[in-house]
Amino acid sequence: MAEIRVNPTRMELKKLKIRYDTARRGHKLLKDKRDELMRQFLTIVREDKELRESVEARLMASYGSFSAANAVSSPKMLTEALILPRKEGSLTVGYKNMMSVTVPTFSMRVENSSADSYNYGLAFTSGGLDDSLRELDFLREDLIKLAELEKTAQLLAEEIERTRRRVNALEHIMMPRYLEAIKVIKMKLDENERGNTTRLMKVKDMMLKEQLALPEDDE
Amino acid sequence: MYKIAIIGDRDSVLGFMALGFATYEAENAERAAKILHTIARDESYAVIFIVEDLAQNMVYDILKYKDDPLPAIVSIPGRAGANGFGMNSIKSAVERAVGADIIFK
Repeated sequence: MAEIRVNPTRMELKKLKIRYDTARRGHKLLKDKRDELMRQFLTIVREDKELRESVEARLMASYGSFSAANAVSSPKMLTEALILPRKEGSLTVGYKNMMSVTVPTFSMRVENSSADSYNYGLAFTSGGLDDSLRELDFLREDLIKLAELEKTAQLLAEEIERTRRRVNALEHIMMPRYLEAIKVIKMKLDENERGNTTRLMKVKDMMLKEQLALPEDDE
Repeated sequence: MYKIAIIGDRDSVLGFMALGFATYEAENAERAAKILHTIARDESYAVIFIVEDLAQNMVYDILKYKDDPLPAIVSIPGRAGANGFGMNSIKSAVERAVGADIIFK
C-alpha cells in the first residue's frame, strides 16, 4: 500500500491524528447515510415493481380493446376521432429533497376531465374505443406515478453508488493510510526518544566515571 | 407547466392522444432516438414514455438522461406486448445500488 510520506515530527503527528479523526467521523456519517438511502430505495423499488406489474397488465388490456375498436373502424376514422383531444394534459413538477437527493414529483392536471368527455361523436366509432380510452384514462394517474417512482429509484441508485464508493474509499484506503502514517511517525519518535535516553545514560555514565576517576588520580 | 410525451409505433400511441399526451410516432429506434433528443432538449417535457420495443434498441440514448432529475424517461409495453425491458430498468437500478439483484429472484 502506498503510504503517506511525512516528516516524523510531533506537528505532523498531531495533524494526521486530526485528519484520521475527521475521516472516521465522516466514514460513520456516510455509512449511516448509505444505510438510510438503501432502506428508502428498497421501499421505492418494491412499490415501483408492483405498480409496474399492474400498469403493464392493465395497459395490455386497454390495447386489447383498442385493437377491437381498430378492427371495426377504418384507421382514418380512428385518427380523426382521436386527433383533436379535448383534454389538455399538463404536468406540474415539484421537487422533493430525499436524503439530499433532489427528486421530482409529478402531479397531472387535466382540463375538461369529466369522465364522459370523449372527443369524438359516438356515431361512427365503436364501443370498444370508449372502453379502451376509459381504461387508459384510469391508467393515467398510475403512469405518472410510475414515472415518478422510476426516476426516484434511478436518482437514488446513483446517490447510493456514490456514497458506497466514498464509504469504501474511506474505510479501506484513507483510514488505513492515516493509521499507517501515524504508526510510522510514532515509531520514529519513539526511536528518537530511545536514542536520546541511551545517549543521556551514556553521557551520565561517562561523567560519573570521570568524577569517580578524578579523585583517584588526585590521591 | 410541463407536458408529457409518448414515443412509439402508431398503433401504440394513438390511444394516448386522447389523454392529452403529446404523441410522437416513430417506426424505428433511430428515429425515436432523434425525437427523444429533440424533445428532451426542449425541456418542456417532464415525462417521456417510450414503447419498449423501441426503447430496447436505444438504450444509450436513454441512459444519457438517467442521472438528470428531468425528464423522466419510462419505457412501457407497446401494442406488441411486454418484453421485460421496462422491468429491466428497475432491475438495473437495484443492481447499481445494491451491487446485486435482490428484488427479482
